[in-house]
Amino acid sequence: MTGPVVTMTVEAGAIRRFAEAIGDPNPLYFDEEYARQTKWGGVVAPPTFLCTLLAPLPLPPVEFGTMGLNGGNKFECFRPVRPGDVIAAQARLAEVRAVAGRSGGMLITEREIRYTNQAGDVVATCRLTGIQR
Amino acid sequence: MTIPDVAAGPSIKELQVGQTLPVVVKHPTTRQLVMYAGASGDFYEIHYDTAFAQKAGLEGVIVHGLLKVAWLGQLVSSWAGPNSMVRTLEASYRGTDVPASDYRLNGTITSVEHKGEGSALIGLDVWGESADGTRTTLGNASVEVWE
Repeated sequence: MTGPVVTMTVEAGAIRRFAEAIGDPNPLYFDEEYARQTKWGGVVAPPTFLCTLLAPLPLPPVEFGTMGLNGGNKFECFRPVRPGDVIAAQARLAEVRAVAGRSGGMLITEREIRYTNQAGDVVATCRLTGIQR
Repeated sequence: MTIPDVAAGPSIKELQVGQTLPVVVKHPTTRQLVMYAGASGDFYEIHYDTAFAQKAGLEGVIVHGLLKVAWLGQLVSSWAGPNSMVRTLEASYRGTDVPASDYRLNGTITSVEHKGEGSALIGLDVWGESADGTRTTLGNASVEVWE
């Protein structure tokens, strides 16, 4: 099962605000003059930036437990993400399973989001493990 | 503009399995959680609404898992320098963390693979620990570093 494709144009200001929010002072994320002198030749986004583009996955609501938690994430990065890139994201349901946890049953949902740029290259994937308990 | 001191990156010939990365210490605040919510678009109330979090069974608001993995990304990329790229970054959240408490990010080199074109792919174990030393985030990463 897959969700709809959603797109976002990457803005320099959004990269900067993300870096500020995580508290990373690396000038590679906001200082064009500095970044020009690096291998990348310009500002790029931090490794986990693309998780800000949440591709929806229309799952039927499941009444289970009192809260949802993030159990884990896995990022794979293939190409740099730069201001001006147009990124398309699509989520796929990879797995749903029920497990017995220490404090009762848990429902685990594995989603994978694939991010593609304007050239059609896959720039990154992100796996999200949701836990309902 | 003052440019913060960012490491130039390691010399890839000197990298060894077992070597540790400089520890990064974070001191998250509720302000930072709100900033992360806004920057990421994750507005789940357990990260900024104490009454909501308590009703859900937590002691109070908790740090976003995705913020903790972003810190692990910072740990790796700030050490690896600007001529590098984090290739994989995986984190498993084994416990919750609260603001106003130090959070320490650690990493150890587990593999070094020299590639052509003057780069090396470095494998790492990475983890985050709460102020009491509990490793609440366990993960691994790989970063490609160019000479």
